[in-house]
Amino acid sequence: MSVGRALRRSWSFGIGLALTLIFVAAALVSLVWTPHDVETLTIANRLKDPGGAFWFGTDHFGRDIFSMIMVGAQPSIAVASVAVGIGMGLGVPLGLWAAANRGSMLDDAIMRTNDLIFAFPALLIAILITAVFGPGAVNAIIAIGIFNVPVFARVSRGAALSLWQREFVMAARVSGKGAVRISAEHILPNITNLLIVQGTIQFSLGILAEAALSYVGLGVQPPDPSWGRMLSEAQTMISFAPHMAIFPGLAIVLTVLGLNLMGDGLRDALDPRIARARS
Amino acid sequence: MLRYALTRLVSLGLTLIAASLAIFLVIEVIPGDPAAFMLGINAEPEAVAALRAELGLDAGLIERYLAWAGGLLQGDFGTSYTYRVPVAELILERVWISLPLALYALALSTLIAFPVGIIAAMGRGSLADLGIMGVTQLGIAVPNFWFAMLLVLFFAVGLGWFSAGGFPGWEAGFYEAMKALTLPAIALAVPQASILARVMRSALLDTLDEDYVRTARAKGLSRGQVLWRHALRNALIPVLTIIGLQFSFLLAGAIIIENVFFLPGLGRLLFQGITQRDLIVVESTVMLLVFAVVVVTFLVDLAYALVDPRLRR
Repeated sequence: MSVGRALRRSWSFGIGLALTLIFVAAALVSLVWTPHDVETLTIANRLKDPGGAFWFGTDHFGRDIFSMIMVGAQPSIAVASVAVGIGMGLGVPLGLWAAANRGSMLDDAIMRTNDLIFAFPALLIAILITAVFGPGAVNAIIAIGIFNVPVFARVSRGAALSLWQREFVMAARVSGKGAVRISAEHILPNITNLLIVQGTIQFSLGILAEAALSYVGLGVQPPDPSWGRMLSEAQTMISFAPHMAIFPGLAIVLTVLGLNLMGDGLRDALDPRIARARS
Repeated sequence: MLRYALTRLVSLGLTLIAASLAIFLVIEVIPGDPAAFMLGINAEPEAVAALRAELGLDAGLIERYLAWAGGLLQGDFGTSYTYRVPVAELILERVWISLPLALYALALSTLIAFPVGIIAAMGRGSLADLGIMGVTQLGIAVPNFWFAMLLVLFFAVGLGWFSAGGFPGWEAGFYEAMKALTLPAIALAVPQASILARVMRSALLDTLDEDYVRTARAKGLSRGQVLWRHALRNALIPVLTIIGLQFSFLLAGAIIIENVFFLPGLGRLLFQGITQRDLIVVESTVMLLVFAVVVVTFLVDLAYALVDPRLRR
């Protein structure tokens, strides 16, 4: 069965893709239009319950929660995708390099540095970095991105190592191609599937990490809305305005769920062996 | 076994040295003078000079690192700039909240995940399995601090079974203290339990496919007997790895969750340190957390070798 057909038949991929697209669309639409302006504070509208003109209600400044969730999708998606980009951009070449020089000092140095980064809980690195360089979206991206580097390095090294033993790579070596060319022309195309699956997982972890950092005040700064910050503002009002906490939280859950389902569907479609074993 | 343990111990030592260097350097790269950073932009030059002397900033980089790392080894974590007390004292007061919280959550997560994972694997493809896979998929996607807020909403605000936050202290009695940690521990445990249950399920499914399991069944052992005597023990290896990894997630997660429940633990200390620019507190707390994670990883490696003799080589 082709990958395309497998994906079309996979319900988890379908639901996941739909959920992800909804939030990407919300972020894009919010660049030009939101139901209400999120920057004007209308105290007369404060703490309105969901319904009527305000589908998800309003916050303590009278801002429309639905519009804020739309705008809040922007930093979530931006931070997570750039962090995945950093992780792939640095991690994959490092992993391929380590695999091409298996057993060398270089391989050892790269893998030990990876282990070191893994010794720090990801959130702790992020907190340390934002503590030193100040809170903000850019530093959140760097912090989350740094943790992605060893993840991609490890995945690509592991996959590349087994490919280096295969006949087609041997043939390429015999024909005189260097390690860099073999990695680029033969190894990389064969691990792309794996990287895409890992990418969706790291993307969803990035969204959770961004939300956590914003929640503790180290991510996106006011007045820009972000899902994590909306939750921290909702916390003290949870007893009389629970809608302020429920809707942004649901936005995070559905986005992460969408990405995870999409990743599962992709993995099954790209690796038929797993799909058979699991069913 | 001894040789394996010793090699792991050496690598533990090296990791700790590298981690301490990394933390020290991150704090060092703060643009400008750490003393000026801690005192803020309106500080008098005399005050900055005095703090520089107090922090020993006039010494060289290597000298300062050695002084800090040497102090850590002797339990001297430096003096907090804002509280004016030894950092070790501050940490010691708070570690008795964060550590029990992480362990409580780890116990809950394991207690939930084991039966759930086993039920799913035994009834592979059944309605129960599908339901478990769906619920755990959702559990993985839930941010623990949001789940914590929902727990407060239902069990504290709604039902009034628990207080919405705060910690009475261990002197209020074991029951009261554990009660205050229960909602935070559940909030931390549920997402981790979801991951662990899935790992348990797939590890069990893998071992149930093995030849020795088929042989055991052919010999006439019941499904339950095979599960307890053969499959479960072998499925434990990947599960153990995840439990070890989860401890570091739980410890880091505790930092965030403490904020939801206003628990005066290490997380609160860390964030207070950050907002008050008390770098010594930040530096030492982060180092302590990394130390805990590295030691747990070491213990898991040892446990591994005990379960699977092949890994000792």
